[in-house]
Amino acid sequence: MSLGITFATAGRVLRQLRHDRRTVALLIVVPALLLALLYFMYDGAGGTFDRIALVMLGVFPFVIMFLVTSIAMLRERTTGTLERLLTTPLGKIDLLFGYGLAFGLAAAVQGTVATGAAYWLLGLQTSGNAGLVVLIAVVNAVLGVALGLFCSAFARTEFQAVQFLPVVVVPQLLLCGLFVPREQMAGWLEGISNALPLTYAVEALVQVGRSAEATTTMWRDLAIVAGAAVVALVLAAATLRRRTP
Amino acid sequence: MGTAIEVRDLVVERGRREVLHGITCTIPSGSVTGLLGPSGSGKTTLIRAVVGVQIVKSGEVTVLGRPAGSAPLRSQVGYVTQAPSVYADLSVRENARYFAALLGLGAAEADRAIADVGLADARGQLVGNLSGGQRSRASLACAMIGEPKLLVLDEPTVGQDPVLRADLWARFHELADAGTTLLVSSHVMDEAGRCDRLLLIREGRLIGDDTPAAIRTAAGTDDLEEAFLRLIREREQVTA
Ligand SMILES: Nc1ncnc2c1ncn2[C@@H]1O[C@H](COP(=O)(O)OP(=O)(O)OP(=O)(O)O)[C@@H](O)[C@H]1O
Ligand SMILES: [Mg+2]
Repeated sequence: MSLGITFATAGRVLRQLRHDRRTVALLIVVPALLLALLYFMYDGAGGTFDRIALVMLGVFPFVIMFLVTSIAMLRERTTGTLERLLTTPLGKIDLLFGYGLAFGLAAAVQGTVATGAAYWLLGLQTSGNAGLVVLIAVVNAVLGVALGLFCSAFARTEFQAVQFLPVVVVPQLLLCGLFVPREQMAGWLEGISNALPLTYAVEALVQVGRSAEATTTMWRDLAIVAGAAVVALVLAAATLRRRTP
Repeated sequence: MGTAIEVRDLVVERGRREVLHGITCTIPSGSVTGLLGPSGSGKTTLIRAVVGVQIVKSGEVTVLGRPAGSAPLRSQVGYVTQAPSVYADLSVRENARYFAALLGLGAAEADRAIADVGLADARGQLVGNLSGGQRSRASLACAMIGEPKLLVLDEPTVGQDPVLRADLWARFHELADAGTTLLVSSHVMDEAGRCDRLLLIREGRLIGDDTPAAIRTAAGTDDLEEAFLRLIREREQVTA
Protein backbone atom coordinates (compact mmCIF):
# COMPACT_ATOMS: atom_id res chain seq x y z
CA MET A 1 0.00 0.00 0.00
CA SER A 2 1.27 3.46 -0.88
CA LEU A 3 -0.21 6.66 0.50
CA GLY A 4 0.93 8.65 -2.53
CA ILE A 5 -0.90 6.34 -4.93
CA THR A 6 -3.99 6.22 -2.70
CA PHE A 7 -4.20 10.03 -2.66
CA ALA A 8 -3.50 10.26 -6.40
CA THR A 9 -6.35 7.82 -6.99
CA ALA A 10 -8.74 9.73 -4.73
CA GLY A 11 -7.78 12.93 -6.56
CA ARG A 12 -8.42 11.29 -9.90
CA VAL A 13 -11.87 10.05 -8.84
CA LEU A 14 -12.77 13.52 -7.56
CA ARG A 15 -11.58 15.10 -10.81
CA GLN A 16 -13.78 12.71 -12.76
CA LEU A 17 -16.66 13.77 -10.55
CA ARG A 18 -15.88 17.45 -11.05
CA HIS A 19 -16.14 17.13 -14.82
CA ASP A 20 -19.63 15.71 -14.35
CA ARG A 21 -21.42 18.79 -13.06
CA ARG A 22 -24.88 17.33 -13.21
CA THR A 23 -23.94 14.40 -10.99
CA VAL A 24 -22.39 16.80 -8.49
CA ALA A 25 -25.55 18.92 -8.47
CA LEU A 26 -27.78 15.87 -8.01
CA LEU A 27 -25.51 14.51 -5.31
CA ILE A 28 -25.75 17.70 -3.29
CA VAL A 29 -29.31 18.82 -3.88
CA VAL A 30 -31.35 15.61 -3.98
CA PRO A 31 -31.06 14.58 -0.30
CA ALA A 32 -32.10 18.07 0.82
CA LEU A 33 -35.06 18.03 -1.57
CA LEU A 34 -36.17 14.63 -0.33
CA LEU A 35 -36.02 15.88 3.24
CA ALA A 36 -38.20 18.83 2.23
CA LEU A 37 -40.66 16.34 0.77
CA LEU A 38 -40.71 14.48 4.10
CA TYR A 39 -41.30 17.80 5.84
CA PHE A 40 -44.41 18.51 3.80
CA MET A 41 -45.62 14.90 4.06
CA TYR A 42 -45.61 15.11 7.84
CA ASP A 43 -47.07 18.57 7.73
CA GLY A 44 -44.25 20.55 9.23
CA ALA A 45 -41.78 19.86 11.95
CA GLY A 46 -42.70 17.57 14.80
CA GLY A 47 -41.90 14.28 16.44
CA THR A 48 -42.46 12.03 13.44
CA PHE A 49 -40.60 14.27 11.03
CA ASP A 50 -37.69 14.56 13.47
CA ARG A 51 -37.48 10.79 13.85
CA ILE A 52 -37.65 9.94 10.15
CA ALA A 53 -35.57 12.84 8.82
CA LEU A 54 -32.78 12.01 11.24
CA VAL A 55 -32.63 8.41 10.04
CA MET A 56 -32.83 9.52 6.41
CA LEU A 57 -29.80 11.77 6.89
CA GLY A 58 -27.87 8.56 7.44
CA VAL A 59 -29.63 6.46 4.83
CA PHE A 60 -29.33 8.80 1.81
CA PRO A 61 -25.53 8.93 1.66
CA PHE A 62 -25.39 5.16 2.11
CA VAL A 63 -27.75 4.46 -0.79
CA ILE A 64 -26.40 7.13 -3.13
CA MET A 65 -22.73 6.32 -2.61
CA PHE A 66 -23.46 2.61 -3.02
CA LEU A 67 -24.98 3.26 -6.43
CA VAL A 68 -22.41 5.77 -7.62
CA THR A 69 -19.49 3.57 -6.61
CA SER A 70 -20.79 0.36 -8.07
CA ILE A 71 -21.28 2.06 -11.43
CA ALA A 72 -17.89 3.81 -11.26
CA MET A 73 -16.09 0.54 -10.48
CA LEU A 74 -18.00 -1.33 -13.14
CA ARG A 75 -16.90 1.27 -15.70
CA GLU A 76 -13.36 0.82 -14.51
CA ARG A 77 -13.69 -2.88 -15.32
CA THR A 78 -15.49 -2.58 -18.65
CA THR A 79 -13.35 0.19 -20.16
CA GLY A 80 -10.13 -1.71 -19.52
CA THR A 81 -8.70 0.88 -17.16
CA LEU A 82 -8.76 -1.63 -14.31
CA GLU A 83 -6.75 -4.17 -16.32
CA ARG A 84 -4.25 -1.47 -17.11
CA LEU A 85 -4.08 -0.10 -13.55
CA LEU A 86 -3.29 -3.57 -12.27
CA THR A 87 -0.18 -3.66 -14.49
CA THR A 88 1.12 -0.52 -12.74
CA PRO A 89 2.58 -0.24 -9.22
CA LEU A 90 -0.91 0.54 -7.88
CA GLY A 91 -1.97 -1.90 -5.16
CA LYS A 92 -5.52 -3.19 -4.89
CA ILE A 93 -5.92 -1.54 -1.51
CA ASP A 94 -4.65 1.78 -2.93
CA LEU A 95 -7.41 1.71 -5.51
CA LEU A 96 -10.17 0.79 -3.06
CA PHE A 97 -9.10 3.19 -0.33
CA GLY A 98 -8.73 5.88 -2.99
CA TYR A 99 -12.36 5.37 -3.92
CA GLY A 100 -13.39 5.30 -0.26
CA LEU A 101 -11.55 8.55 0.40
CA ALA A 102 -12.90 10.36 -2.65
CA PHE A 103 -16.53 9.42 -2.15
CA GLY A 104 -16.18 9.84 1.61
CA LEU A 105 -15.20 13.46 0.97
CA ALA A 106 -18.07 13.89 -1.47
CA ALA A 107 -20.37 12.45 1.21
CA ALA A 108 -19.03 14.94 3.76
CA VAL A 109 -20.09 17.80 1.51
CA GLN A 110 -23.42 16.15 0.78
CA GLY A 111 -24.03 15.34 4.44
CA THR A 112 -23.20 18.88 5.56
CA VAL A 113 -25.59 20.41 3.05
CA ALA A 114 -28.40 17.97 3.84
CA THR A 115 -27.92 18.26 7.61
CA GLY A 116 -27.70 22.06 7.39
CA ALA A 117 -30.91 22.18 5.39
CA ALA A 118 -32.66 19.83 7.82
CA TYR A 119 -31.76 21.84 10.91
CA TRP A 120 -31.99 25.41 9.61
CA LEU A 121 -34.60 25.30 6.89
CA LEU A 122 -36.81 22.45 8.03
CA GLY A 123 -36.50 22.91 11.77
CA LEU A 124 -35.18 19.44 12.59
CA GLN A 125 -34.61 19.11 16.33
CA THR A 126 -32.34 16.64 18.06
CA SER A 127 -31.00 16.55 21.60
CA GLY A 128 -27.49 15.78 20.32
CA ASN A 129 -25.11 17.70 18.12
CA ALA A 130 -25.66 18.11 14.36
CA GLY A 131 -21.92 17.54 13.80
CA LEU A 132 -22.38 13.95 15.02
CA VAL A 133 -25.12 13.47 12.44
CA VAL A 134 -22.72 14.53 9.67
CA LEU A 135 -20.05 12.21 11.07
CA ILE A 136 -22.42 9.24 11.07
CA ALA A 137 -23.58 10.16 7.56
CA VAL A 138 -19.99 10.13 6.29
CA VAL A 139 -19.14 6.78 7.89
CA ASN A 140 -22.36 5.42 6.40
CA ALA A 141 -21.38 6.75 2.98
CA VAL A 142 -18.03 4.98 3.26
CA LEU A 143 -19.91 1.79 4.09
CA GLY A 144 -21.98 2.34 0.93
CA VAL A 145 -18.80 2.86 -1.09
CA ALA A 146 -17.22 -0.30 0.29
CA LEU A 147 -20.30 -2.44 -0.39
CA GLY A 148 -20.59 -0.89 -3.86
CA LEU A 149 -16.99 -1.78 -4.68
CA PHE A 150 -17.56 -5.31 -3.45
CA CYS A 151 -20.86 -5.83 -5.30
CA SER A 152 -19.57 -4.45 -8.58
CA ALA A 153 -17.37 -7.54 -8.82
CA PHE A 154 -20.52 -9.62 -9.33
CA ALA A 155 -22.03 -7.44 -12.03
CA ARG A 156 -21.11 -7.65 -15.70
CA THR A 157 -23.37 -4.82 -16.84
CA GLU A 158 -24.87 -1.60 -15.50
CA PHE A 159 -28.28 -3.28 -15.47
CA GLN A 160 -26.98 -5.94 -13.12
CA ALA A 161 -25.18 -3.38 -10.98
CA VAL A 162 -28.31 -1.37 -10.24
CA GLN A 163 -30.14 -4.59 -9.35
CA PHE A 164 -27.84 -4.95 -6.37
CA LEU A 165 -29.51 -1.93 -4.84
CA PRO A 166 -32.72 -3.81 -3.96
CA VAL A 167 -30.68 -6.86 -2.95
CA VAL A 168 -28.17 -5.17 -0.66
CA VAL A 169 -29.79 -1.94 0.44
CA VAL A 170 -33.54 -2.51 0.74
CA PRO A 171 -33.43 -5.41 3.24
CA GLN A 172 -31.15 -3.34 5.48
CA LEU A 173 -33.58 -0.46 5.23
CA LEU A 174 -36.62 -2.62 6.05
CA LEU A 175 -34.97 -4.30 9.01
CA CYS A 176 -33.14 -1.34 10.54
CA GLY A 177 -36.01 -0.48 12.89
CA LEU A 178 -37.40 2.46 10.98
CA PHE A 179 -40.61 0.73 9.94
CA VAL A 180 -41.10 -1.72 12.77
CA PRO A 181 -39.24 -1.36 16.08
CA ARG A 182 -36.65 -4.11 16.15
CA GLU A 183 -37.86 -5.44 19.53
CA GLN A 184 -41.26 -6.18 17.98
CA MET A 185 -39.84 -8.23 15.10
CA ALA A 186 -39.92 -12.03 15.04
CA GLY A 187 -36.77 -13.40 16.67
CA TRP A 188 -35.18 -14.57 13.43
CA LEU A 189 -35.81 -11.20 11.79
CA GLU A 190 -34.23 -9.42 14.69
CA GLY A 191 -31.31 -11.83 14.38
CA ILE A 192 -30.83 -10.90 10.74
CA SER A 193 -31.23 -7.25 11.62
CA ASN A 194 -28.45 -7.64 14.22
CA ALA A 195 -26.12 -8.81 11.48
CA LEU A 196 -26.78 -5.86 9.15
CA PRO A 197 -24.52 -2.82 9.48
CA LEU A 198 -27.20 -0.23 8.63
CA THR A 199 -29.03 -1.26 11.82
CA TYR A 200 -26.16 0.16 13.87
CA ALA A 201 -25.97 3.34 11.84
CA VAL A 202 -29.65 3.96 12.49
CA GLU A 203 -29.29 3.15 16.17
CA ALA A 204 -26.42 5.64 16.39
CA LEU A 205 -28.57 8.35 14.82
CA VAL A 206 -31.44 7.59 17.20
CA GLN A 207 -28.99 8.03 20.08
CA VAL A 208 -28.05 11.47 18.78
CA GLY A 209 -31.75 12.31 18.60
CA ARG A 210 -32.31 11.36 22.24
CA SER A 211 -29.22 12.31 24.20
CA ALA A 212 -27.54 15.66 24.53
CA GLU A 213 -24.15 14.04 24.99
CA ALA A 214 -22.61 11.44 22.66
CA THR A 215 -23.37 8.04 24.26
CA THR A 216 -21.13 5.01 24.44
CA THR A 217 -23.75 3.08 22.47
CA MET A 218 -23.42 5.64 19.69
CA TRP A 219 -19.64 5.33 19.54
CA ARG A 220 -19.86 1.54 19.65
CA ASP A 221 -22.39 1.59 16.81
CA LEU A 222 -20.23 3.93 14.77
CA ALA A 223 -17.24 1.66 15.29
CA ILE A 224 -19.29 -1.32 14.11
CA VAL A 225 -20.30 0.52 10.93
CA ALA A 226 -16.70 1.60 10.26
CA GLY A 227 -15.54 -1.97 10.92
CA ALA A 228 -18.10 -3.33 8.47
CA ALA A 229 -16.84 -0.85 5.87
CA VAL A 230 -13.26 -2.05 6.34
CA VAL A 231 -14.36 -5.70 6.08
CA ALA A 232 -16.25 -4.92 2.86
CA LEU A 233 -13.18 -3.14 1.44
CA VAL A 234 -10.98 -6.12 2.23
CA LEU A 235 -13.52 -8.46 0.63
CA ALA A 236 -13.62 -6.16 -2.39
CA ALA A 237 -9.82 -6.38 -2.61
CA ALA A 238 -10.13 -10.15 -2.68
CA THR A 239 -12.45 -9.90 -5.70
CA LEU A 240 -9.93 -7.84 -7.70
CA ARG A 241 -7.86 -10.23 -9.74
CA ARG A 242 -4.74 -9.18 -11.58
CA ARG A 243 -5.04 -12.19 -13.85
CA THR A 244 -8.32 -12.81 -15.61
CA PRO A 245 -9.43 -15.45 -18.14
CA MET B 1 22.01 -7.93 -26.80
CA GLY B 2 20.14 -9.57 -23.92
CA THR B 3 16.75 -11.18 -23.83
CA ALA B 4 13.81 -9.08 -22.71
CA ILE B 5 11.00 -11.61 -23.02
CA GLU B 6 11.16 -15.35 -23.02
CA VAL B 7 8.05 -17.38 -23.72
CA ARG B 8 8.19 -21.14 -23.30
CA ASP B 9 5.48 -23.62 -24.28
CA LEU B 10 2.75 -21.14 -23.50
CA VAL B 11 -0.74 -22.64 -23.57
CA VAL B 12 -3.75 -20.44 -22.89
CA GLU B 13 -7.41 -21.35 -22.71
CA ARG B 14 -10.09 -18.70 -23.07
CA GLY B 15 -13.77 -19.48 -22.74
CA ARG B 16 -13.01 -23.25 -22.54
CA ARG B 17 -11.18 -23.14 -25.88
CA GLU B 18 -7.46 -23.40 -26.25
CA VAL B 19 -6.41 -20.23 -28.08
CA LEU B 20 -2.61 -20.42 -27.75
CA HIS B 21 -1.21 -23.90 -28.39
CA GLY B 22 2.32 -23.93 -27.00
CA ILE B 23 4.10 -20.76 -28.07
CA THR B 24 7.85 -20.51 -27.64
CA CYS B 25 9.86 -17.45 -28.58
CA THR B 26 12.42 -14.98 -27.28
CA ILE B 27 12.45 -11.25 -27.81
CA PRO B 28 15.78 -9.43 -27.67
CA SER B 29 16.05 -6.23 -25.67
CA GLY B 30 16.50 -2.88 -27.34
CA SER B 31 14.51 -3.84 -30.41
CA VAL B 32 11.11 -3.35 -31.98
CA THR B 33 9.36 -6.68 -32.41
CA GLY B 34 6.18 -6.82 -34.44
CA LEU B 35 3.47 -9.30 -33.53
CA LEU B 36 1.43 -9.92 -36.65
CA GLY B 37 -1.46 -12.15 -37.43
CA PRO B 38 -5.05 -12.20 -38.56
CA SER B 39 -7.91 -11.14 -36.32
CA GLY B 40 -8.57 -13.71 -33.63
CA SER B 41 -5.16 -15.35 -34.02
CA GLY B 42 -4.17 -14.70 -30.41
CA LYS B 43 -2.10 -11.50 -30.50
CA THR B 44 -3.93 -9.82 -27.64
CA THR B 45 -3.89 -13.05 -25.63
CA LEU B 46 -0.11 -13.38 -26.01
CA ILE B 47 0.35 -9.74 -25.07
CA ARG B 48 -1.84 -10.15 -22.00
CA ALA B 49 0.30 -13.10 -20.96
CA VAL B 50 3.43 -10.96 -21.33
CA VAL B 51 2.09 -8.18 -19.11
CA GLY B 52 0.82 -10.79 -16.66
CA VAL B 53 -2.94 -10.25 -16.71
CA GLN B 54 -3.82 -13.46 -18.55
CA ILE B 55 -4.52 -16.69 -16.70
CA VAL B 56 -2.35 -19.26 -18.44
CA LYS B 57 -2.88 -23.00 -18.53
CA SER B 58 0.75 -23.99 -18.77
CA GLY B 59 4.11 -22.72 -19.88
CA GLU B 60 6.30 -19.89 -18.70
CA VAL B 61 6.63 -16.24 -19.56
CA THR B 62 9.75 -14.48 -18.29
CA VAL B 63 10.02 -10.72 -18.63
CA LEU B 64 13.27 -8.88 -17.87
CA GLY B 65 14.42 -11.95 -15.97
CA ARG B 66 11.33 -12.28 -13.78
CA PRO B 67 8.02 -14.14 -14.04
CA ALA B 68 5.57 -12.03 -16.07
CA GLY B 69 3.39 -9.80 -13.93
CA SER B 70 5.55 -9.94 -10.81
CA ALA B 71 5.56 -6.84 -8.65
CA PRO B 72 9.01 -5.38 -9.53
CA LEU B 73 8.04 -5.42 -13.22
CA ARG B 74 5.05 -3.16 -12.73
CA SER B 75 7.08 0.04 -12.84
CA GLN B 76 9.16 -1.19 -15.79
CA VAL B 77 6.50 -2.33 -18.23
CA GLY B 78 4.23 0.06 -20.10
CA TYR B 79 1.07 -1.51 -21.53
CA VAL B 80 -1.36 -0.15 -24.08
CA THR B 81 -4.53 -2.19 -24.36
CA GLN B 82 -6.17 -2.64 -27.74
CA ALA B 83 -9.20 -0.54 -26.84
CA PRO B 84 -7.92 2.78 -25.46
CA SER B 85 -7.98 2.47 -21.68
CA VAL B 86 -7.96 6.03 -20.43
CA TYR B 87 -10.62 7.88 -18.48
CA ALA B 88 -13.06 9.48 -20.92
CA ASP B 89 -14.26 11.93 -18.27
CA LEU B 90 -10.79 13.36 -17.64
CA SER B 91 -8.66 15.60 -19.84
CA VAL B 92 -5.61 14.20 -21.61
CA ARG B 93 -3.36 15.92 -19.12
CA GLU B 94 -5.31 14.73 -16.07
CA ASN B 95 -5.06 11.18 -17.39
CA ALA B 96 -1.34 11.45 -18.01
CA ARG B 97 -0.74 13.02 -14.60
CA TYR B 98 -2.59 10.24 -12.86
CA PHE B 99 -0.59 7.54 -14.61
CA ALA B 100 2.59 9.51 -13.85
CA ALA B 101 1.61 9.72 -10.18
CA LEU B 102 1.22 5.92 -10.06
CA LEU B 103 4.92 5.74 -10.91
CA GLY B 104 5.82 8.48 -8.44
CA LEU B 105 6.49 10.94 -11.29
CA GLY B 106 5.36 14.51 -11.76
CA ALA B 107 3.67 16.77 -14.27
CA ALA B 108 6.79 17.33 -16.38
CA GLU B 109 7.04 13.64 -17.34
CA ALA B 110 3.31 13.56 -18.09
CA ASP B 111 3.55 16.60 -20.36
CA ARG B 112 6.55 15.17 -22.18
CA ALA B 113 4.70 11.95 -22.99
CA ILE B 114 1.74 13.97 -24.28
CA ALA B 115 4.00 15.97 -26.56
CA ASP B 116 5.69 12.77 -27.75
CA VAL B 117 2.44 11.45 -29.19
CA GLY B 118 1.56 14.81 -30.76
CA LEU B 119 -1.27 15.71 -28.41
CA ALA B 120 0.22 18.86 -26.88
CA ASP B 121 -2.48 21.02 -28.45
CA ALA B 122 -5.29 18.81 -27.19
CA ARG B 123 -3.98 18.23 -23.68
CA GLY B 124 -6.74 20.24 -22.00
CA GLN B 125 -9.48 18.42 -23.89
CA LEU B 126 -11.63 15.74 -22.32
CA VAL B 127 -10.62 12.32 -23.66
CA GLY B 128 -14.29 11.60 -24.34
CA ASN B 129 -14.31 14.45 -26.86
CA LEU B 130 -11.22 13.30 -28.76
CA SER B 131 -11.25 11.56 -32.14
CA GLY B 132 -10.64 7.81 -32.11
CA GLY B 133 -7.05 8.19 -33.24
CA GLN B 134 -6.35 10.91 -30.69
CA ARG B 135 -7.84 8.78 -27.97
CA SER B 136 -5.56 5.86 -28.72
CA ARG B 137 -2.60 8.24 -28.71
CA ALA B 138 -3.71 9.51 -25.29
CA SER B 139 -3.69 5.89 -24.15
CA LEU B 140 -0.23 5.44 -25.67
CA ALA B 141 1.09 8.56 -23.92
CA CYS B 142 0.04 7.17 -20.54
CA ALA B 143 2.10 4.01 -21.19
CA MET B 144 5.20 5.89 -22.31
CA ILE B 145 5.49 7.91 -19.10
CA GLY B 146 8.58 7.20 -17.04
CA GLU B 147 10.57 5.49 -19.79
CA PRO B 148 9.61 1.88 -19.07
CA LYS B 149 12.18 -0.73 -20.08
CA LEU B 150 9.53 -2.67 -21.94
CA LEU B 151 6.64 -1.21 -23.90
CA VAL B 152 3.89 -3.61 -24.92
CA LEU B 153 1.57 -2.01 -27.43
CA ASP B 154 -1.56 -3.70 -28.74
CA GLU B 155 -2.33 -2.15 -32.12
CA PRO B 156 -1.26 1.37 -31.15
CA THR B 157 -1.41 2.82 -34.65
CA VAL B 158 -4.97 1.87 -35.58
CA GLY B 159 -6.87 4.89 -36.85
CA GLN B 160 -3.78 7.07 -37.29
CA ASP B 161 -3.02 8.84 -40.54
CA PRO B 162 0.13 7.90 -42.49
CA VAL B 163 2.13 10.91 -41.28
CA LEU B 164 1.36 10.24 -37.63
CA ARG B 165 2.06 6.54 -38.09
CA ALA B 166 5.46 7.35 -39.51
CA ASP B 167 6.12 9.71 -36.58
CA LEU B 168 5.08 7.10 -34.04
CA TRP B 169 7.24 4.41 -35.62
CA ALA B 170 10.18 6.81 -35.68
CA ARG B 171 9.60 7.42 -31.98
CA PHE B 172 9.45 3.65 -31.32
CA HIS B 173 12.85 3.25 -33.00
CA GLU B 174 14.32 6.14 -31.04
CA LEU B 175 13.19 4.42 -27.86
CA ALA B 176 14.63 1.09 -29.02
CA ASP B 177 17.95 2.75 -29.86
CA ALA B 178 18.00 4.09 -26.31
CA GLY B 179 17.59 0.53 -25.01
CA THR B 180 13.82 0.13 -24.63
CA THR B 181 12.27 -3.11 -25.84
CA LEU B 182 9.03 -2.77 -27.78
CA LEU B 183 6.51 -5.45 -28.60
CA VAL B 184 3.96 -4.03 -31.02
CA SER B 185 1.01 -5.91 -32.43
CA SER B 186 -0.55 -4.96 -35.71
CA HIS B 187 -2.42 -6.53 -38.53
CA VAL B 188 -1.27 -3.96 -41.04
CA MET B 189 1.43 -5.61 -43.10
CA ASP B 190 3.02 -2.37 -44.22
CA GLU B 191 4.02 -1.84 -40.59
CA ALA B 192 5.74 -5.20 -40.48
CA GLY B 193 8.59 -3.87 -42.57
CA ARG B 194 9.32 -1.26 -39.94
CA CYS B 195 10.07 -3.84 -37.24
CA ASP B 196 13.47 -5.25 -36.33
CA ARG B 197 11.93 -8.65 -35.84
CA LEU B 198 8.61 -10.24 -36.62
CA LEU B 199 6.52 -12.83 -34.86
CA LEU B 200 3.87 -14.19 -37.19
CA ILE B 201 1.01 -15.86 -35.40
CA ARG B 202 -1.90 -17.76 -36.83
CA GLU B 203 -4.63 -19.65 -35.01
CA GLY B 204 -2.64 -19.63 -31.83
CA ARG B 205 0.61 -20.95 -33.30
CA LEU B 206 3.78 -19.14 -34.28
CA ILE B 207 4.47 -19.62 -37.98
CA GLY B 208 7.36 -17.20 -38.28
CA ASP B 209 9.95 -15.68 -35.93
CA ASP B 210 12.71 -13.82 -37.72
CA THR B 211 13.83 -10.49 -39.18
CA PRO B 212 11.68 -9.09 -41.99
CA ALA B 213 14.59 -9.62 -44.41
CA ALA B 214 14.98 -13.27 -43.46
CA ILE B 215 11.26 -13.87 -43.77
CA ARG B 216 11.26 -12.30 -47.23
CA THR B 217 14.19 -14.47 -48.28
CA ALA B 218 12.71 -17.64 -46.87
CA ALA B 219 9.42 -17.05 -48.63
CA GLY B 220 11.11 -15.91 -51.82
CA THR B 221 9.21 -12.63 -52.16
CA ASP B 222 9.82 -8.98 -51.29
CA ASP B 223 6.23 -8.40 -50.29
CA LEU B 224 5.74 -9.26 -46.61
CA GLU B 225 2.03 -9.79 -47.05
CA GLU B 226 2.70 -12.31 -49.79
CA ALA B 227 5.43 -13.88 -47.63
CA PHE B 228 2.95 -14.31 -44.79
CA LEU B 229 0.45 -15.99 -47.12
CA ARG B 230 3.11 -18.34 -48.47
CA LEU B 231 4.14 -19.30 -44.95
CA ILE B 232 0.53 -20.13 -44.17
CA ARG B 233 0.18 -22.27 -47.30
CA GLU B 234 3.41 -24.10 -46.56
CA ARG B 235 2.11 -24.90 -43.09
CA GLU B 236 -1.14 -26.20 -44.44
CA GLN B 237 0.69 -28.50 -46.83
CA VAL B 238 2.84 -29.83 -44.00
CA THR B 239 -0.13 -30.58 -41.78
CA ALA B 240 -2.30 -31.90 -44.62
N1 LIG C 1 -12.64 -12.95 -23.00
C1 LIG C 1 -12.62 -13.98 -23.85
N2 LIG C 1 -13.31 -15.10 -23.59
C2 LIG C 1 -13.29 -16.14 -24.44
N3 LIG C 1 -12.61 -16.16 -25.58
C3 LIG C 1 -11.90 -15.08 -25.92
C4 LIG C 1 -11.87 -13.93 -25.07
N4 LIG C 1 -11.10 -13.01 -25.65
C5 LIG C 1 -10.67 -13.55 -26.80
N5 LIG C 1 -11.14 -14.79 -26.97
C6 LIG C 1 -10.86 -15.69 -28.11
O1 LIG C 1 -9.47 -15.94 -28.12
C7 LIG C 1 -8.98 -15.96 -29.46
C8 LIG C 1 -7.80 -15.01 -29.59
O2 LIG C 1 -8.25 -13.70 -29.34
P1 LIG C 1 -7.28 -12.44 -29.36
O3 LIG C 1 -8.04 -11.32 -28.79
O4 LIG C 1 -6.02 -12.82 -28.70
O5 LIG C 1 -7.07 -12.22 -30.91
P2 LIG C 1 -6.28 -11.05 -31.68
O6 LIG C 1 -5.23 -11.72 -32.49
O7 LIG C 1 -5.84 -10.03 -30.71
O8 LIG C 1 -7.39 -10.48 -32.64
P3 LIG C 1 -7.62 -8.96 -33.15
O9 LIG C 1 -6.61 -8.71 -34.22
O10 LIG C 1 -8.99 -9.00 -33.72
O11 LIG C 1 -7.47 -8.08 -31.98
C9 LIG C 1 -10.15 -15.61 -30.34
O12 LIG C 1 -10.62 -16.78 -30.92
C10 LIG C 1 -11.17 -15.02 -29.41
O13 LIG C 1 -12.47 -15.32 -29.84
MG1 LIG D 1 -6.29 -8.09 -30.39
